[in-house]
Amino acid sequence: MFRRNGSTCVATFAVDEVRVLRKVAGEVVGLLTDGMDHTDPVVSRLFPDIYPDRPDDSEEFRLYTEGDLKTGKIDQAGAILAALPDEGEGEVRLDGEAAEAWLRAINDARLAMGTRLDIQADTDLSAELDDAVLHDPGSSRVFQLSVYAYLGYLQESLLNALPEIE
Amino acid sequence: MGGMAMPQVAPVESPEIEEAPADDRPWVTIVWDDPVNLMSYVTWVFQKLFGYSKEKAEALMLDVHTKGRAVVSSGARERMEMDANQLHGYGLWATVDRD
Repeated sequence: MFRRNGSTCVATFAVDEVRVLRKVAGEVVGLLTDGMDHTDPVVSRLFPDIYPDRPDDSEEFRLYTEGDLKTGKIDQAGAILAALPDEGEGEVRLDGEAAEAWLRAINDARLAMGTRLDIQADTDLSAELDDAVLHDPGSSRVFQLSVYAYLGYLQESLLNALPEIE
Repeated sequence: MGGMAMPQVAPVESPEIEEAPADDRPWVTIVWDDPVNLMSYVTWVFQKLFGYSKEKAEALMLDVHTKGRAVVSSGARERMEMDANQLHGYGLWATVDRD
């Protein structure tokens, strides 16, 4: 988890955390680069229609803006990959700009995972996780739910480690 | 503003004022509640993007959270489109509409 150190946000990640964060950031980049499928709920959540009742206007706006939006999202996920050690445990030190990229990228990853996991406003994450473990402790759902919860804590810790906005 | 006597001249048309459209309701950017974004993150985005005070950003975030949606900015259509697009960059669910 992140803590403040002078003007930077610092975290020490264990081997497994580095591996998970690399995987998650890599998946976001993959989703954005492999020719996006707009019928995929994750893609519609990351790139919402700007005019819900006017599909033509939304489509026209998308035509002009989606490229840059996508590049921005790929770059912010790239900031996670760039700051992490290649392998093994290690310390990550983020200045203000890198911290912002991390926050946005963690959020994109949580949106993607939350959509796939069908997280709702009344979802009790720990109950959900208990159920999944009872059902099959080795399942991919247990892993996904744990990573989703972990990313939430990580994002919150980074928000708390940021200097106050003037 | 004020203090200095202004010479009395014919008013000059201000270039900032655009022609009033037939329908002059302002455009608004709306942020919708979603089950994933952290409340603290949404507050931070409002502060960062709009320069709102922490109090104002928190109040807006709570509006989104409890009412399901909140108007976060209003003005010219193009500016609202830009705001919504930037909010999408932060992962918030934003749309543009007439007030």
